[in-house]
Amino acid sequence: MKRILAFAPLVIAVIFGGFFLWGLNPNRDPSEIPSVLIEQPAPEFELAAVEGLQTPGLSRADLTGHDRPIVLNVFASWCVPCRAEHTVLTNLVERDGIRLFGINYKDKPKDAVRWLANLGNPYERIGSDLNGRIGIEWGISGVPESFIIGTDGTVLFRYVGPVVGDEAIAKFREALTQAGALEERNS
Amino acid sequence: MTPEFGHFALALALALALVQSVLPILGAARGNLMWMRSARALSVAQLLFVGLAFAALMRAFTVSDFTVLNVAENSHSLKPMLYKVAATWGSHEGSLLLWVLILTAFGAAVSFFGSNIPEPLKARTLSVQAWISVGFLSFMLLTSNPFERLFPPPIDGNDLNPLLQDVGLAMHPPLLYLGYVGFSIVFSFAVAALLEGRIDTAWARWVRPWTLAAWMSLTAGIALGSWWAYYELGWGGWWFWDPVENVSFMPWLLGTALLHSAIVTEKRDAFKSWTILLAILTFSLSLLGTFVVRSGLLTSVHAFAVDPERGLYILMLLALSIGGSLALFAWRAPMMEAGGLFKPVSREAGLLVNNLILAAATGTVLFGTLYPLFLEAVTGDKISVGPPFFNASFIPMMLPLVFVMGLGPYLSWKRADLAGVFQRLRFVAILSVLGVLAIWYMTMGGPVLAYLSILLAIWLFLATLREWALRIRLFDVSFKEALRRARNLPRATHGMTMAHAGLAVAIFGFVGSSAWKSEQVVFVGPGSNIFIAGFDVTFEGVQRLSGPNYFADRGTLVVRRDGEIVTMLYPERRTFPVAQSSTTESAIRSTLAGDLYASIAAPASEDAEESGAWTLRILYEPLVNFIWIGSFMLVLGGGLSLSDRRLRVGAPRRRTIDATTSVPAE
Amino acid sequence: MHRFVVPLVFMLLLPLSAQAVEPDEMLADPVLEERARVISKDLRCVVCQNQDIDSSNAGVARDLRLLVRERLLEGDSNNQVMAYIQARYGDYVLLKPPFKPSTYALWGTPIALTLIALLFGLNIVLRGRRKSALPELTEAEERQVAKFIDNEKSGDPS
Repeated sequence: MKRILAFAPLVIAVIFGGFFLWGLNPNRDPSEIPSVLIEQPAPEFELAAVEGLQTPGLSRADLTGHDRPIVLNVFASWCVPCRAEHTVLTNLVERDGIRLFGINYKDKPKDAVRWLANLGNPYERIGSDLNGRIGIEWGISGVPESFIIGTDGTVLFRYVGPVVGDEAIAKFREALTQAGALEERNS
Repeated sequence: MTPEFGHFALALALALALVQSVLPILGAARGNLMWMRSARALSVAQLLFVGLAFAALMRAFTVSDFTVLNVAENSHSLKPMLYKVAATWGSHEGSLLLWVLILTAFGAAVSFFGSNIPEPLKARTLSVQAWISVGFLSFMLLTSNPFERLFPPPIDGNDLNPLLQDVGLAMHPPLLYLGYVGFSIVFSFAVAALLEGRIDTAWARWVRPWTLAAWMSLTAGIALGSWWAYYELGWGGWWFWDPVENVSFMPWLLGTALLHSAIVTEKRDAFKSWTILLAILTFSLSLLGTFVVRSGLLTSVHAFAVDPERGLYILMLLALSIGGSLALFAWRAPMMEAGGLFKPVSREAGLLVNNLILAAATGTVLFGTLYPLFLEAVTGDKISVGPPFFNASFIPMMLPLVFVMGLGPYLSWKRADLAGVFQRLRFVAILSVLGVLAIWYMTMGGPVLAYLSILLAIWLFLATLREWALRIRLFDVSFKEALRRARNLPRATHGMTMAHAGLAVAIFGFVGSSAWKSEQVVFVGPGSNIFIAGFDVTFEGVQRLSGPNYFADRGTLVVRRDGEIVTMLYPERRTFPVAQSSTTESAIRSTLAGDLYASIAAPASEDAEESGAWTLRILYEPLVNFIWIGSFMLVLGGGLSLSDRRLRVGAPRRRTIDATTSVPAE
Repeated sequence: MHRFVVPLVFMLLLPLSAQAVEPDEMLADPVLEERARVISKDLRCVVCQNQDIDSSNAGVARDLRLLVRERLLEGDSNNQVMAYIQARYGDYVLLKPPFKPSTYALWGTPIALTLIALLFGLNIVLRGRRKSALPELTEAEERQVAKFIDNEKSGDPS
């Protein structure tokens, strides 16, 4: 008994050590929060168009019923990384035929219009989330964030932060391919 | 050249540490006195070289040598000199250097002041200390060289995070590290004792001053950090149960247990393997703290730059030191004899309760802190374990401890007369109840837990004082005679009284400032009036001022009570252009009854900002200063105990102390 | 709400100091406002490192504070408000972990450790009792000891 007790601290320390080793995995981001929406139906929402923009507004119904999964991107003109991501998204739309919808998050309509006029507008529909309330429905923690949504309105994938850089783009494309929104190409 | 010199000094220190980690312990094994004695010169030389490296780094900071990467990243030429100096330990690399400096300083101190410790034990202890040195010096040289050069050098530095440019925080890491690393020497003593396979009362007595010194520093370090959070972060809290706070708190809890269990080992030759285990675990938790802060394992508000490679290296060090020592423990501990016997009601039993509660509480904090990691590894779920968990689990565990703390000093060794103790404490119990009723009458409402805690705090305070009074027969004999008795009491006894009373005082502060805190958050413009806790506060306006490396918006508040001006408060919002961040400098009117605490900020909403309003946050924190007074009393109590002459001179040669000649009760 | 790339060289990734809850967010009803503060203190800010939304100055935290107050005005109980936010952000936002199978071990820890400590303590004490064949002292010896102790206490060299 005494012997077993004497070993107990060592055993506990070794178990703790194992967890620490696991925790040091460089691919693990301790501040990343998994979305509760994955595999869940997208939340109900209805957003008016951005004032002064031709692109129509966005509601949940607009996300469903397409022939392929679509991408929903949350962006804002004040968000610096969004600018870099914009090019990537535009490429996805123009070259790969991805259908892109946007939520303009807590942005002044004037700024958003100017921003899109400067950079181009790859979005089919954009809802203006002036007070960020719909952002909360989507459980976002900041901008940009991108969701892949299945044809039946199920949320398939969430990407936090800008899809910028080879690694992020590859990850996002892989998710798109898996969802069936992107055909695998040999390029 | 100085930085290269510093780097070279570190390499030399590593070489010395390597020799020290082998030679003295071999000497002890072979009975070679020369080899054993080499530890002395080696440890002093090691300290010298690490000290030189530290001085070299400090010089790079004070002259703003931006060719050194570390300086460029953490300093700025316009920064006040004090913070240039403090920036030396502001970064991961620099703080590690400080860590090693303290480690080697403790080693040198043992070889210098430990003249009463037998050579073999001292040699083994210093070798074990050198193992730790080797680990951390190599870690620094391989992964975190503080002297790395930068080319081309920038024109100016990045500046230190402005929140850290504060006197309290400049001193916080050194004190905390003195505590953390101070336990290393206790750890080394424990491992050396396990290697020798012998622990007795003399061992416990040699270890005690080092434990006390480390514990005092850790107490002061934690209190200082808490005080800093209180006045600098601007929302008046002093403890957030953040992982990084927890990892500094756990060694403190276990160190406190160690301090008490070592007394039993010293006086009664009992709890031997337990004391050894506590010595190992306390330092292990200190190492764990170092690891958690630097590996990015947990999300915390305070953390160093995250680097998995460094994390892996520290984890390896942890595995070697903690794993090795615990394996040694598992092998040797069962061979240790159980010491003196005692009855269920006795001083030993009281200290046993202390130890078990502290250990269980430490375990709870440890498990709670790491649970998100465990769960994520097992199921992938992410959860948060925040203050509500710790408050709900830790506080109820502590309450019985506070109760027993009141009783403990009355119990005699081996067996005590509980009925007699209660007899003597009857008056104290009645007074405590009356006291809490009076407080209930004054506050009229508050959480039950708050009243319960206050009750126990009064109980502890009065019982502690009464015990001291009984000891010097304060009311039985003439005052002069009582004074003479007080002088004759061992300092350690005064230390215990001071520390126990200090904890009671601190509990008043904890409870008062959390249960009866009041807060007002309002938009203000010139002339606005706010009423809080009987004060009438008028906001006069905001002035723009400029500091050395920042500019400040300073608000002026006139505080009145019953129409009379009590004081003026000048809370500031400081903006640091280089570091691109801002800090809150709260203004506090401190009295024993409570703090009136004000901070200002620019409103978050643009409408309010355009109207020229400021967000003024005024808090009244009753009794909050008792926390710092109590902490100071804890440190002072440790100091009194440390200054006990029995620890300094005439410490015993190794001999078995006959139980009957030991002091029966103290 | 800017997502900043925190400069890694800083010693501490500290929160931007105090902004926290703002006056324009607060409810006129002091009872509801008090409940809102209590709820906000138990909700974790999702973008900060480790802070509740009440003391965070992040944009999302502000939105959540407003949402909490809106739900309260609509008559939700505290638990309903928590559940509403938990449904969108997951267990992660609850600073007080929910009591469910995955946290049984967590909530059980303090109880289990207390029990272990109790057993451990009882074991030691009882072992001491079993072994303690300490002979009882005679009355004369007791007196002698008492006298000795008294002398020791008073500091007189006996």
